Amino acid sequence: MSEARTLFDKIWESHVVVREPGMPDALYIDLQLIHEVTSPQAFDELRKRNLPVWDPNRIKGTVDHCNPTRLGPDGDERSALIYADENSRKQILKLEKNCKEFGIECFGLDNSARGVVHVFAPDLGLTQPGMTIVCGDSHTATHGAFGSIAFGIGTSEVSHVMGTQCLFQSKPKSMLIRYIGELPHGTGAKDLILYTIAKIGVSGGTNYAIEYSGDAVRSLSMEGRMTICNMTIEAGARFGIVAPDETTFAWLKNKKFAPKGEVWDKAVAAWRNLYSDEGAVFDKVIEIDVSKLEPMVTYGTTPETAIGISDIIPDSEMLNYSGLKAGNPIAGTEIDYVFIGSCTNGRLADLREAAEILRGKKVADGVQMIVVPGSGTVKRQAEAEGLDKVFLKAGAEWREPGCSLCLSMNGDFIEAGKRCISTSNRNFEGRQGPGSRTILASPATAAASAIKGVISDPRQLEVHHA
Amino acid sequence: MREPYNTVTGKVLYLPIDNIDTDQIIPARFLKTVTKEGFGELLFHDHRYDEEGNPNQEFAINQYPGNVAEILFAGDNFGCGSSREHAPWALTGYGIRTVIAPSFANIFKNNSAKNGLLLIELDEQPYQALKQIVENNKDVDVTVDLPRQQIHADGSDFSFEIYPFLKTCLIKGVDEFGYLLNLSDRIKAFESARGER
Repeated sequence: MSEARTLFDKIWESHVVVREPGMPDALYIDLQLIHEVTSPQAFDELRKRNLPVWDPNRIKGTVDHCNPTRLGPDGDERSALIYADENSRKQILKLEKNCKEFGIECFGLDNSARGVVHVFAPDLGLTQPGMTIVCGDSHTATHGAFGSIAFGIGTSEVSHVMGTQCLFQSKPKSMLIRYIGELPHGTGAKDLILYTIAKIGVSGGTNYAIEYSGDAVRSLSMEGRMTICNMTIEAGARFGIVAPDETTFAWLKNKKFAPKGEVWDKAVAAWRNLYSDEGAVFDKVIEIDVSKLEPMVTYGTTPETAIGISDIIPDSEMLNYSGLKAGNPIAGTEIDYVFIGSCTNGRLADLREAAEILRGKKVADGVQMIVVPGSGTVKRQAEAEGLDKVFLKAGAEWREPGCSLCLSMNGDFIEAGKRCISTSNRNFEGRQGPGSRTILASPATAAASAIKGVISDPRQLEVHHA
Repeated sequence: MREPYNTVTGKVLYLPIDNIDTDQIIPARFLKTVTKEGFGELLFHDHRYDEEGNPNQEFAINQYPGNVAEILFAGDNFGCGSSREHAPWALTGYGIRTVIAPSFANIFKNNSAKNGLLLIELDEQPYQALKQIVENNKDVDVTVDLPRQQIHADGSDFSFEIYPFLKTCLIKGVDEFGYLLNLSDRIKAFESARGER
């Protein structure tokens, strides 16, 4: 073991099943997560080829993209299916049926741990350091926060993993992003990643796996690290990774699927070797000084159009769509909707961050605020702390878990021409509904803006502690 | 098996815009089906049709009635965003066999390979030269010769690079699943070496 290796390299090399010249590596996949939207055609492919699932224990399913984020007339989520359109209903029921048929554990509508695929799996300790993890969803890099190789794939690839537990993949180039300095007070993980994407651009990470390092990352909670890794794809990279440490192990300990007893001790000992060696060579190293970081918000229709909350809106063709005026300050821009949730910011720490600001305050007149916890587990934890009451008292809606307004598949949408400040990950044209306008921001900035009815700096609001 | 890719000659759908994401190619609200069919009609839906569902004449796809292009000429970072394979399904469903751009998003690239959709990344100089040809004559016939890795248009030739394994899969009309299934003994050996199963 003389050669210094990157964390990514260590995990990748230990998962190569076959390497032949002129071919991509056949890479072993430890865990596949599936949801209702990108899996039905994959199951059909298995049927067409008359194949079983290679190892049902290495796949977990959940419903997140299409479910109405409400309770139905019977007080449960299943009866809420009457609010879903026919296709959504079919897709959800199909997932539950497919999982049953192929022997896969499904966290379906009746399961209290169900949730956004990148929230529910870490909740349960399914995501562990050193693993290879895939899902038919581009935000799968979220799980890289635990020191795993996790990446989004398409439906054909979903079927390949179902049928063989392997994927053909070309090894990406390596990039190290090293943050210099500490996060200033009033800023967090979402601001950090939006700032990073603005720096390197929406395709700056294409063909790379990005490792995030530096004190600014070390000081983040697991939730914060997940927020960072989650948005790696918005810089074009499929893989984002953070070396595991005590914060990671503390999160995992006693989680449902985490190892227990002696096995746990052995696992932690092995996980401690998961870091980039001193002197490991990266294809690209980028240093980013974060000491002047501000709360970040976007003005355009790509995530790289992020600017500081005290900045002026620059000139851009995208303003035709976003309806903003070049030369105006971004702060003070009127909003119609506030969305707190998604695989980027739908975790307990995110809800706490928003609730802290909203406590004892009201959502501004004419503004509709929707809070969608990332999973059933997150929802129960938040309710145990009374966060639901904070949101409801402020005049926000408190929903059932799902992707909801992040991509507006489930019936929740923003009307054409209306503007939503959103803790999600994409501000693409029409992402939250045809003609909708999206401003990406942190939970704190979204909550502060909800109170004022205009884009607002959360640092300027007085916070009432519980 | 799907249709092998050899040489394709066709018209060009001209969209030289950077960062066309998969939400533009096929909006999320159309992903609620359980088959791969019917996405061609929905390709670029929110640009192609107005709010009443009538064709938007300003959008390239509607400027040549009845003319189904087989080659899409796009801008940088085409196919970024969501991992939805519905994007290549929509493109191939419409009749597109090739996309030419300066660069493509990684997941979209992998998904296209599985669906017989050839993606050609051109360097700045040939990209601009081909762009000029199409801009001057939107009706130009462009030929993509995969075996020789060449594009012919208006008397000019442009060569392109392609990963050899991908080229083989496209020309033979096979995908990777079969290759992987042939590795099952070695996958089992890998698992037992790790002390599993």
